Amino acid sequence: MSVSRRGFIIGTATVGGGLWLGLSLRGDAPYPNAREGSFQPNAFLQITPSGEVIFQLPKSEMGQGIQTSLTTLLAEELDYEPADIIIEYAGVHKDFAAAGGSQLTGGSASIAVSWNPLREAGAAARAMLIAAAAGRWGVGVESCSTEPGVVLNSISGEKLGYGALAEEAKDFQHTAFELKEKSAYRWLGKSTPRLDRVAKSTGEARYGMDVQLPGMKTSVVIRPRQFGATLGSFNADTALKANGVEAIFAIHSGVAVVADTYWRARKAARLVDITWLDGPLANLDSEAILALQKTALKNESGHIAMERGDVALQQTRGERLESIYSAPYTHHSPMEPQNATAIVNGDNCEIWAPTQAPDISQAVAAHYTGITRSNIVVHALTLGGAFGRRGYVDFIGEVVAIAQQIPGTAVKLVWSREDDMQHDFYRPATMHGMTATLAENGKIDSWQHRLVSPSIVKGLGVSLASTILPEWVPTEMARAIGRKSGELFAGADPTTAEGAKVAYDIPNFAVEQILQDSGVPIGFWRSVGFSHNCFVAESFVDELAHAADQDPLKFRLAHLENAPRYQAVLKLAAEKSGWGNPRKGHFQGIAVVEPFDSFCAAVVEVSVVGNEYTVERVVNAVDCGFVLNPDIVAAQVESAVIYGLGAAMKPPITISGGAVQQSNFHDAPVLRMNESPVIETYIVQSDEDPTGIGEIGLPAVAPALANALFAATSKRLRKLPLVLG
Amino acid sequence: MFEFTVNDNAYAVDVEPDTPLLWVLRDHLQLLGTKFGCGAGLCGACTVHLDGTATRSCVLPISAVADRRITTIEGLGGEHPVQQSWIDHSVPQCGYCQSGQIMSAVALLDGNPSPSETDIEQGMAGNICRCGTYPRIKAAIQSAAQAEYYSASHTSNETVGDDV
Repeated sequence: MSVSRRGFIIGTATVGGGLWLGLSLRGDAPYPNAREGSFQPNAFLQITPSGEVIFQLPKSEMGQGIQTSLTTLLAEELDYEPADIIIEYAGVHKDFAAAGGSQLTGGSASIAVSWNPLREAGAAARAMLIAAAAGRWGVGVESCSTEPGVVLNSISGEKLGYGALAEEAKDFQHTAFELKEKSAYRWLGKSTPRLDRVAKSTGEARYGMDVQLPGMKTSVVIRPRQFGATLGSFNADTALKANGVEAIFAIHSGVAVVADTYWRARKAARLVDITWLDGPLANLDSEAILALQKTALKNESGHIAMERGDVALQQTRGERLESIYSAPYTHHSPMEPQNATAIVNGDNCEIWAPTQAPDISQAVAAHYTGITRSNIVVHALTLGGAFGRRGYVDFIGEVVAIAQQIPGTAVKLVWSREDDMQHDFYRPATMHGMTATLAENGKIDSWQHRLVSPSIVKGLGVSLASTILPEWVPTEMARAIGRKSGELFAGADPTTAEGAKVAYDIPNFAVEQILQDSGVPIGFWRSVGFSHNCFVAESFVDELAHAADQDPLKFRLAHLENAPRYQAVLKLAAEKSGWGNPRKGHFQGIAVVEPFDSFCAAVVEVSVVGNEYTVERVVNAVDCGFVLNPDIVAAQVESAVIYGLGAAMKPPITISGGAVQQSNFHDAPVLRMNESPVIETYIVQSDEDPTGIGEIGLPAVAPALANALFAATSKRLRKLPLVLG
Repeated sequence: MFEFTVNDNAYAVDVEPDTPLLWVLRDHLQLLGTKFGCGAGLCGACTVHLDGTATRSCVLPISAVADRRITTIEGLGGEHPVQQSWIDHSVPQCGYCQSGQIMSAVALLDGNPSPSETDIEQGMAGNICRCGTYPRIKAAIQSAAQAEYYSASHTSNETVGDDV
């Protein structure tokens, strides 16, 4: 049978049983991981002749539960038990790329961007299977319905499994379909158990670190500690004699040591004698960065990212409140250190990698090998954490550069924890100048937020352009276009400024961004700009509430009268936490944020002894639209609270001699169980289209903690991490 | 040549004596459930039992393991009450640290079948989870402690992995 799958789904879907919409799927076969003979109506879904239902998971599972959530989206409309679906990580294909053209998993966007396409993918397939069954039975489709995995004939009572209908379903490519009403959902909206919970409790789950290939070698890279330093010379004579060592050679980032096992490679690396040449950051340290930021805040004017009314008026309107806030460099430190495995052979390259961006991985590999993208196969794997770090795939560039030197041999690259800590893409260090005035009625009359930060977006242009532009665009041209596009953000960066545009009703309001780049590598860190801007804004609004002699909750609500979703989370968090009535010896702080189109309010409760404090309890209220799985939402809020508290409480990353001073969890400690508070999460019921949850619980926690510490001590802490005394 | 027992199987490996047990398990025995997290005994991802005691395998040289009995996550068998409790509580997120968490939890409960909240916090403080699954780990340990298996005066010094 020759049925063209090109241009699949030109039919229409209805939402809520009435409105017919155009479809977001535009199939383009052949699809990655297609099985011989499969019914494959789109890139996401195939049903094999033997009845296996296989889903190509288009996003990276890094702990956020996306494997379960997206599988359930598809399963709900297909009407098939989610736990019985075979899940494979999607290869690189444009159908898997969301708006913006990349397959990057990030920005808490996976649910929002998949909500329509995956429901449609499932519903379209179900409609085709029903049409096939109706055809076989000679009845109208209205006489057919489904139960999980089978089509029912309401006239005869007959049943046909999806597998038995797969071949005939190929003839019904353009069948119209409807999306379910939410009231008909079997799985969505319920706390169905995570699909990966068993494999991750038995040691059977496999990560990038666990890749095993025949004849595989393991490599490590020795990099200069100083950012921007370069290789002068190296002597590997002694190291080459060590047991198991295969080869030692220079690559773009340092010196690679290849051996039969990790330990032998790591030991041999210590025997390599290397001379590094200082680069432009040789004299950079944290104090110098801080001084530059202070100077910029004082002397420079920046890009006006948002302006309403006239903040200059505040010069003439009574007493101004002024505060300077700052946030330091912060590390990601996912539990699985960076790693990847590759085979490069002539014009072909195959990569196995825990990455948040398989398509960017492909483009980066193309750059370092000179191999055309379509000859590079990327196998995305389960991630042992990411938090933004694995959106950067420097380790892919390294592993393909190494593997290309040993053609035809599988080579795994393993970073040590020290490598990971010292060669991260850190949350940028930022400084914030806040000024405001209060009107006679105690409301905020003017607010100015001047932000000194580097640009995250500027550094992304090259890799994104190399990923998104068609393959016929020569590599160097794509990179040049990328550099140019990055320069478009030379004056402003929406990612580092996000969260500064608060929703409070303030007549005169401005956010000004002064970009300043120290040269330290920076990047997306869980909740990105919200993590520093919400700390600043939600602390500062607390300062204003106290200056106005008002309750911090009531003060916020008074400035959010036209923001019902803010009101709802604030009131729910206040109610559940017993706002204003803490346990004896406990003190409360509150904050509310809107990261990535979801809403979160947090009430943090602390106790203080001398200069030591304990976070006792964190109560969160979230609104992320329609909730696909309440238990996963709660888990993600717990996760974000603990990740955010770690950064709010623990020593930061500091720079000396152009290098990161910390090396492992002893000098860059993270939150442990004995320091973790009681965490409660409450969900505002909503019928809005779903938005994200992976990062949503993070930004409110630091300001709510700072506000609680103020309540306890009358000390306003304006610098992260929050240290009393 | 070093001889030792892992999950009741006898092994002999010919490696440098300073090779950490972790890398012998992973690179030589292909027992991949035990994870590399920090290489310095700081995070607990590599936790195994050495003669029943929770031990960081990333800093334990193979020379110190000769003739001793090791239990890894694979040795718990998958239906161990602590693993079942982990599954019931949907503890794992990324999951990478969970083998080490579970091995620490089993050792904790073997030594103290009814731990207080403080006992759990102290017993588990050596295991880092960057996904922040601590509240669920605590709940899972409390549930496991209440389960019949532990509450039935489980006083054996044997590693649990040998029983299943």
